[in-house]
Amino acid sequence: MLKVRELSASLGKYTLLLVDVARDIWRNGISLREVLRQVVWIGNNSLPIVLLTAVFTGMVLALQTAYGLHRFGAKNYVGNLVGLALAKELGPVLTAVMVCGRVGAGIAAEIASMTVTEQVDAIRSLGGDPIRRLVSPRIVAGLISLPLLTGVAVITGILGGLAVATLELGITAHQYYRSYLYAVQIYDVVEGLIKSFAFGLIVVSIACYKGLQCRGGTEGVGLTTTSAVVTGSLAVFVANFFLTKLLIIFKFA
Amino acid sequence: MKAASPTIQLEDIHTRFGKLEVHKGLTFALQPGEVTTLLGPSGAGKTIILKLIMGLMPPSEGRVLVMGRNITDLDEAQLRKVRADIGMLFQGAALFDSLTVFDNVAYGLRERGERDELKIKQIVHERLEMVGLPGIDWKLPSQLSGGQRKRVGLARALASSPKIMLYDEPTTGLDPTSTRKIDDLIIKFARERGITSLVVTHDIQSARRVSDRWMLLSRGTIVADGPVAEVEHASRLVSDFVSGEWKDDA
Repeated sequence: MLKVRELSASLGKYTLLLVDVARDIWRNGISLREVLRQVVWIGNNSLPIVLLTAVFTGMVLALQTAYGLHRFGAKNYVGNLVGLALAKELGPVLTAVMVCGRVGAGIAAEIASMTVTEQVDAIRSLGGDPIRRLVSPRIVAGLISLPLLTGVAVITGILGGLAVATLELGITAHQYYRSYLYAVQIYDVVEGLIKSFAFGLIVVSIACYKGLQCRGGTEGVGLTTTSAVVTGSLAVFVANFFLTKLLIIFKFA
Repeated sequence: MKAASPTIQLEDIHTRFGKLEVHKGLTFALQPGEVTTLLGPSGAGKTIILKLIMGLMPPSEGRVLVMGRNITDLDEAQLRKVRADIGMLFQGAALFDSLTVFDNVAYGLRERGERDELKIKQIVHERLEMVGLPGIDWKLPSQLSGGQRKRVGLARALASSPKIMLYDEPTTGLDPTSTRKIDDLIIKFARERGITSLVVTHDIQSARRVSDRWMLLSRGTIVADGPVAEVEHASRLVSDFVSGEWKDDA
């Protein structure tokens, strides 16, 4: 019972944080310099692991689907499956989880350290607003970075699949490309981008929220960081289901 | 003759965290220009009192009046205006790690809308000079000693010329020389600028040196209150606390 109450209280506080961010951006605009700084920071920190994850995911997908399709004489459709899986699901989800582990943890740890060393209180006592200073620019940067990283991840994954298809499976680059173009429609790309946009909001806002709620000194910072990564990753998977459902409804409406 | 109205008043303050009640009907007032030290065992809720006055958290019940204005019902934007008159030195100084000393001291000025960089520069240098740290503008907080960090924190708090100063453990962890410097600054600001000061400390020597008045907080209420010379000897609770014979069930 206590857990349920705590969870509802946390959800309430988290929602209020999002409302505060929306209100802040609406009233005060946003510092483009700070947003750009955060975008560069997010990109620098997560691009290598996102690329590695994407390329190996694309390669594994090509291998697995090729052996499955081979039984039905449909090996040429590897590009079709790799492209669809990456554009609609794996690209946005894996990128979000990787960014959550790398950047979400960093954001949560940084804000949590500022909270426990009273720097957040100091901002308020000096007439500043921690939402405007710490949260809004990071959330906007997350909204910009995640779709960009997802785009790069999808392209990298498809190239990884292409490498396996041509070098290992005997499929020509032209066949792979045609199969990909045949399957992946513009709507699938838009679907992936919508998801990555939502995941950017989820990952960064949860990290900021956890950081601001941190209590209990250096031990608290560690716990907050872990909690931000676990909660952020879980939230991405849960949100992915509901977003997929919603997008299917819109697609066939 | 009409007595000056208090700079700060706390009226029947209750502060609760879940089932734990930290303050149980706390009431006191601070007069203009007075240096008051709040003593009490660890965990008594002394720092929370500073945060209540600063409007960083609301009380569960009761009213906090800053210069006659009830701040308990104000929203964040209104509180920001009230905070312009209050400076706070945090326990660990709470300097912003990523900013230089100059930008730390200038932070409040810029946040409060000052755009004239020449004026900012002049104020920052003046405040750093005041705390005895000229010429360290470019340093990062990580390059400063504990005493220097506290003094930069003090310069930052004083940058917007507050009428009230709140000090949270200003001398904790400092060597005797740095402690003395901080004490002298607290006295100087109160005497020369008429700043009303509330000091939270466990450092009894420092508390004797800087204070006009002591208050002892225990079990959620003020159990002793008065001029230092009077209360230190007249109150058994205070003398027990000062001599280290304090029992929390006192």
